[in-house]
Amino acid sequence: MAETHSLQDLRQPAVSSKVFVQRDYGSGTISKFQTKFPSELESRLDKQQFDETIQTLNNLYAEAEKLGGKSYLEGCLACLTAYTIFLCMETHYEKVLKKISRYIKDQNEKIYAPRGLLLTDPIERGLRVVEITIYEDRSIGSGR
Amino acid sequence: MKNCEYQQIDPRALSVSPMSAQNRAEMKAQRSRRKWEVFPGKNRFFCDGRIIVARQSGVLPLTLGLIVVTCGLFFAFDCPFLVEHLTVFIPVIGGVLFLFAVISLLRTSFTDPGILPRATPEEAADIEKQIDTSGSSTYRPPPRTKEILINQQVVKLKYCFTCKMFRPPRTSHCSLCDNCVERFDHHCPWVGNCVGKRNYRFFYSFIISLSFLTSFIFGCVVTHITLRSQEGKSLIQAIQESPASVVELVICFFSIWSILGLSGFHTYLVASNLTTNEDIKGSWSSKRCTEESGNPYSYNNIITNCCVTLCGPMPPSLIDRRGFVPLVEASPAASATEIELPPFLAKNDSNMCTRSTKDVLARMVHAFDSRGLCPPGTPKTTPVGVEVSSSPSAGCPLFSRSSRKRDSLHSSNPAFRLASPSPSLSRNTMILGEGPDVGFIPIP
Repeated sequence: MAETHSLQDLRQPAVSSKVFVQRDYGSGTISKFQTKFPSELESRLDKQQFDETIQTLNNLYAEAEKLGGKSYLEGCLACLTAYTIFLCMETHYEKVLKKISRYIKDQNEKIYAPRGLLLTDPIERGLRVVEITIYEDRSIGSGR
Repeated sequence: MKNCEYQQIDPRALSVSPMSAQNRAEMKAQRSRRKWEVFPGKNRFFCDGRIIVARQSGVLPLTLGLIVVTCGLFFAFDCPFLVEHLTVFIPVIGGVLFLFAVISLLRTSFTDPGILPRATPEEAADIEKQIDTSGSSTYRPPPRTKEILINQQVVKLKYCFTCKMFRPPRTSHCSLCDNCVERFDHHCPWVGNCVGKRNYRFFYSFIISLSFLTSFIFGCVVTHITLRSQEGKSLIQAIQESPASVVELVICFFSIWSILGLSGFHTYLVASNLTTNEDIKGSWSSKRCTEESGNPYSYNNIITNCCVTLCGPMPPSLIDRRGFVPLVEASPAASATEIELPPFLAKNDSNMCTRSTKDVLARMVHAFDSRGLCPPGTPKTTPVGVEVSSSPSAGCPLFSRSSRKRDSLHSSNPAFRLASPSPSLSRNTMILGEGPDVGFIPIP
């Protein structure tokens, strides 16, 4: 692909459509996304890759919201300091959110961008949906 | 699986093109705004978005005033006597309780209760598309409820017409603040804010510490007056010597009933993992449900319920008040991505192969906004070219309410921006491919 492109040939890919993976409330109000594979992605992505991404995201959110000794300790400590400790300390949840955004960036670079897709971090959509933007297929001639 | 061919675009070639230089100049001319400045709900923000309160602050000044005045009188008039006659720990305990109560109150008032950001236009259109499966192009309001199973119990999710989404379980729309709030308890006028998922623990510690504080002050004042009248004086004389104590007595007496009652009620709610909203509506009462009654969110263990509600992990604020609103030409993705773009563009072509994909994506989302017109849910019968030159709300009846709120086409609210094409951008000669494979064809 060592062709030179003139300015006329350079095209900016347009957004073809967006797919939204909704939340799965089957286990209550915990953050969890549906693993149902959207039909619009069938031509672009393997079901297995999609499953793996969503499952990893679900596991990371479960880790953030995990109820256990550590989170209770953090809560009690915060209560004793009249919650002023949250002003200086990063919560466990925030740390995991950073991990999640790194994971999404990584997935975008390795798997989704080469296929003309873009994952949006759910936190930017209020943890309501995982938004997958489908960009136009720029292969010769045909398009969506 | 078809292998998609992605043409690598040289970002340097793009950056020298005249139209993007113009865009960049326009971009710099617009001051970057923070998201709190364009927040659609009825809230007020202070300290550049760090502090959030409801628009109607209710009687928060009164609450604060009462607490400060009562404690002030207590420390000034009762403590000297009691320190002399009893112990020095009395003002110490009083001080600790006072600080705890005030800090909890301020935290409750100034914390985001768990506001859900409104759905983006594409999301709203997607939801409508999912419901409207008949393929009719006429606009129909989506059905109001959706039933889901939570822990084998049927729960109805309602559609919020303001926020354009199905409300998650336990979420309710507060009409005073005009926001959907997660795990909505109630809107408290004393605190001047909604009480929801994120600030319920602050609210609970406020009412508990206030109960202790009022009981403590009440007890101390009664002790003070009793001790004074025991020193050979009558009760009337004792009161005349210390009139402030009477004021404190009256305030404490009237507030103790309500505060203690409220504390007891909320302790019950915490132990059964209920919200005030659910309790009042009787959502999970045994009278309503026929076979399977009971709260699907409860862990059926008082201690677990308490721990989860009060000591659970602190969820983050979903509205990102201090984030920057992406500018009209800029990427609709996170502002973090925006910040990363200049270094990528500056890199030389030694890293072209690995970087180009990212640059491509960056450029794509840059260009996305110029094409971010009506989402797929709009009528398919209208010719594509018409959509560009039409007014923002034509063909997008869903967003007429939002368009009313935003006068200019250059709306910087990311939720509604995409529905309004910028006229300056549509005039740019977008070099698009030949006919059928393009989504939108601008009119030159």
